[in-house]
Amino acid sequence: MTMRYVDEYRSPALIRELAEEIGRLADRPCKIMEVCGGHTHAIYKHGLQDLLPPNVELVHGPGCPVCVIPMGRIDDAIAIARMPGVIFTTFGDMMRVPSSRGSLLDAKAEGADVRFVYSPLDALALARRTPNREVVFFAVGFETTAPSTAATLLRAREEGLRNFSVFCNHVTIIPAIKAILDSPDMRLDGFIGPGHVSTIIGLRPFEFIPRSYGKPVVVAGFEPADVLQSVVMILRQLRSGTARVENQYARVVRPDGNRKALEILSATMELRPYFEWRGLGFINHSALRLRDELAAWDAEKRFAVPGVRVTDPKACQCGEVLKGVIKPWQCRVFGNACTPETPIGTCMVSPEGACAAYYNYGRYSLMRSGAGA
Amino acid sequence: MTARIEESLARQVERMERARLARRTRFVLRDEHVTLSHGSGGKATHNLVEGLLVPAFANAALEAQEDAAVVATNGDRERLAFTTDSYVVSPLFFPGGDIGRLAVHGTVNDLAMVGAVPRYLSVGLILEEGLAIATLRRVVDSMRDAAITAGVQVVTGDTKVVPRGKADLLFINTSGVGVVRDGASLSARNVRPGDRVLLSGHVGDHGMAVMLAREALELEAEILSDTAPLHALVAALLAAAPHTRCLRDPTRGGVATSLNEIVQHAGVGIAVDEDRVPVRPAVRGACEILGLDPLHIANEGKLLAIVPPEEADLALAALRNHPLGAAAETIGEVLAEPEGMVVLRTGVGGSRVLDMLVGDPLPRIC
Repeated sequence: MTMRYVDEYRSPALIRELAEEIGRLADRPCKIMEVCGGHTHAIYKHGLQDLLPPNVELVHGPGCPVCVIPMGRIDDAIAIARMPGVIFTTFGDMMRVPSSRGSLLDAKAEGADVRFVYSPLDALALARRTPNREVVFFAVGFETTAPSTAATLLRAREEGLRNFSVFCNHVTIIPAIKAILDSPDMRLDGFIGPGHVSTIIGLRPFEFIPRSYGKPVVVAGFEPADVLQSVVMILRQLRSGTARVENQYARVVRPDGNRKALEILSATMELRPYFEWRGLGFINHSALRLRDELAAWDAEKRFAVPGVRVTDPKACQCGEVLKGVIKPWQCRVFGNACTPETPIGTCMVSPEGACAAYYNYGRYSLMRSGAGA
Repeated sequence: MTARIEESLARQVERMERARLARRTRFVLRDEHVTLSHGSGGKATHNLVEGLLVPAFANAALEAQEDAAVVATNGDRERLAFTTDSYVVSPLFFPGGDIGRLAVHGTVNDLAMVGAVPRYLSVGLILEEGLAIATLRRVVDSMRDAAITAGVQVVTGDTKVVPRGKADLLFINTSGVGVVRDGASLSARNVRPGDRVLLSGHVGDHGMAVMLAREALELEAEILSDTAPLHALVAALLAAAPHTRCLRDPTRGGVATSLNEIVQHAGVGIAVDEDRVPVRPAVRGACEILGLDPLHIANEGKLLAIVPPEEADLALAALRNHPLGAAAETIGEVLAEPEGMVVLRTGVGGSRVLDMLVGDPLPRIC
């Protein structure tokens, strides 16, 4: 394991230097959105907001795959999981996301065979081992996780494995960013671009942001020094009045992305005309479904999925949190009715969700700043 | 304008503070079914224990909620420590240990944490139809060896067999009785601001060893469970630092959960320096990959000691002098504020709340 590699990006001296540089550059208030949930998690985990001057605000974006899944899709997932003979497999985070009636974890406690896996290939292996059961994989995530679903589908087809299928909920990040940029209450000055997604899609898809909206984008890694350096790079662009896409994460992200991954993606999946995002509503061409050639492995086609749209709970303000309009703690139910143990909104579930991150890690700094105010 | 913002901020803080206190002081069991979260050792477990069990059996020894109950016998002349624990680990054998050793060590350690010399154990075995006798023999041999090493006798027991599919091979329950050392009074309620927080070694070894063995994650990491009896380490510690306030073995829910239990019962805060918490590189690496915090991962051979500042150096030296405490560190200190909270000072100079584990230690997905 390459721990020294990581330690380098956590060196206190380097961090201090970057924080000082941010202090020097930040001569006006600015709001920077970190698009990816991985960044939100890193910011809270390392307490990075403590190192920023008060006029630099990090706004948590829509890039947490768990957070953007609408309630109706969880209802559908649970409906599939309850069908006789089905083994429903999912990443751990999705187990606790509430549907309109309980979570997958509750469905499991009530008798549904729900198991958590670390990768779709684990689900495929399970299907091989249990030929008389129907193994369904709950596919969620951005372009980061979609290629492994795609590779698994290709493998299933190759092996002719008929008791395996995918309930596809993969989403694409660019339309969501565009929806936020087009939202009338948007007040952002720049974006920290999603490092993992960019390893797949490359840098080009972000170019419309500086071109059409005049906002800087810096694709960044996930260590503390990566995040702070990307803030430095954005502030430099703002000061010099330029806007372009920069790559802070060049040790991993190549400008053209990963062509092989994109190829298998387009061989297996296609854009849906529209898809609902939790809190953001319907966004055109923002999600993927399986191509018709793979209908035999498509859970939506193989099972009678209710597909009913469920309105978000009234009290929940996940949408405003996801758009960066309000801070998690400004939500009506934050910390009262909605906690990580009993989440109402998706943002409270995943450790990458803005609310859960704020709740678990951020309350202390708020209390401190509140006490100091 | 600024005044308005400040006022709104103050209101938010107040509301969060109220919610926090309400939650901390009263764990409520709202769930309709038992889920796996109730077994994680974190918040849901506390809801189960404090929302259902403690009120049902209310008494002083139980309400102290230490690792073992301390009860007086013979007109207060002698104090006995009494505890019980069940073991359902899967797989039964994992790198560094097995369910049998764990069942002896776990109960011995719970007794040691209240300052008792462990004496007698009971063993209850729940066996699944079809379990290989050779497997059972291996487990029992391992229990015998562990009991001899720990200086305890298994003096009573019970066996039950359930039909195939009604248990997972083998579950073990052990109860233990020990005699509390004269003068030892270890309880979270003794903890005072200014006290130091000591940890006897690397965190997360046991939980990660079992997780890797169970999930077949194909991570090439040599991680061994740290399962070990801690009574001798405790004896050495108490000899060097007789005013030690409180001990905990951070098992399920990890160091973070144990520290949160302490601050809640003691009405203090604790600050932990992330850099000073010993974590093996392999455990840290596996945690990074799985998106877990080593401070939430179970240990079976480590202790947390809260000691007064004037005995902190002696306590640390005593721990380090013992083979089971060679990597001991002072990881933090007890503060008056923020009450009921554990704050982690991160390696890069930030800070964050270190909360109890919520739900299973499930992996993040990206």
